Amino acid sequence: MVKAILPMRLQDICVTKSKKPILTDINLEIGVSGFTIVLGPNGAGKTTLLRTMHGLDRTSAGTIEWLGQNNDIRKRQAFVFQTPIVMRRSVIDNLAYPLLLNNIAKSLALDMAKKRAISIGLGQALEQNAGYLSGGEKQKLALARALIINPEILFLDEPTTNLDGAATREIEDMLLKAFNNGTRVIMTTHDIGQARRLATDILFIYRGRLHETSSATAFFENSKTPESRAFLNGDIVE
Amino acid sequence: MNDIWLGLLNAVRLLVSLDADLFEIVLRSLQVTITAVIIASLIGFPIGAWLAVNRFRHRRLAIALLNALMGLPPVVVGLFVYLLLSRSGPFGVLNLLFTPTAMIIAQVIIITPLIASISHQAIRDLWSEYHDLLISLHATKWQRMKTLIWDARRSLLTATLAGFGRAIGEVGAIMIVGGNIDHLTRVLTTAITLETGKGDFALAIGLGIILVGLAIIINLAIHIISKTERAGTW
Repeated sequence: MVKAILPMRLQDICVTKSKKPILTDINLEIGVSGFTIVLGPNGAGKTTLLRTMHGLDRTSAGTIEWLGQNNDIRKRQAFVFQTPIVMRRSVIDNLAYPLLLNNIAKSLALDMAKKRAISIGLGQALEQNAGYLSGGEKQKLALARALIINPEILFLDEPTTNLDGAATREIEDMLLKAFNNGTRVIMTTHDIGQARRLATDILFIYRGRLHETSSATAFFENSKTPESRAFLNGDIVE
Repeated sequence: MNDIWLGLLNAVRLLVSLDADLFEIVLRSLQVTITAVIIASLIGFPIGAWLAVNRFRHRRLAIALLNALMGLPPVVVGLFVYLLLSRSGPFGVLNLLFTPTAMIIAQVIIITPLIASISHQAIRDLWSEYHDLLISLHATKWQRMKTLIWDARRSLLTATLAGFGRAIGEVGAIMIVGGNIDHLTRVLTTAITLETGKGDFALAIGLGIILVGLAIIINLAIHIISKTERAGTW
């Protein structure tokens, strides 16, 4: 039986890179459900926060606690990067890769990958070198690859930054579908419109500190801090 | 200039007349070299991947040492293998001296650092591209190495071909451990050395032309078989 890993708690998390503090005293609980959008100006520490939660970046202080102590914590998570990392393989092999890592039989993995590729509109490109896909298709592929293991929590670092409107809509549709199927989503974005469309709750980060944690409705209607208000008004927030 | 023309004519004559001795030498050259390249690749690829993926103390020193070993003098390798395999050596009981196996051992020692070093560079580049993804997917070190070797296979082909190029043209070591024995350990390079020593430059050049042609054909064949230029499909 698959053990649940949420909620997770971050306690007094600090991250320092090249002696420069990136995150300072982050205290946060990520509950079992929700679509959390992390907002903040450039260099605020949004990406580092996601990477630290996922275990890609090391903390210099503080603790991250997941529910229980099972060894599968990392296997129940997935991460989608801003620039999609596409393996030098065919589309179907890219999709099957996480399944094969988890010791799923090759024939079953390929079958699941094929169905997933068809569902995201890449059915005609199964055997195509994934490196030759368009930017939007690569990000769709990266997202589908992340979702194929049915992660309990999905981290996304500005997944639509380099995409046009149509591709952004497709990615958002995939995300909402995953969210509606029970996947916990935590995503960074610069696009306030996107945050309004998707978020159930907001984390606002400013200069490495968590300035505001609230529901999306409360954040957009009555944000608490001057920095978040300025950010929402489109003012320059450094 | 006359010797070169005569050499060309000799090469054509040997090929057209399906000279049995020539074909025996060519086949032995290919057998020894291809076996050595396969063994060296099986050793070199994992070494390259391991060095790319793992961080350990003195890693830079290990890489520098590996790069330095690319320039191993074949004659020294030949002497080393000779001492190991000679009757009074630790492996003398195996009776391998002056056999194709001894030649393969010498060639493996010569080309493994070359293949490992080029592999390391190719895999290191791919590792920097895949790093976050493979860590995120919780791949074990063994799975990372396997993935990197497989996905870098086109770049690793270059390493293999570099190893093949060095091995097929090698003469110093295999002359010492093979002995250039007719119908047993004679290969193209040692035959060329012999004919040059005898003053039969035309035949030596003819054999040289065949050797170069062989290297080109093998390189082209590998590129075609691996569909290197057809990157659109996998």
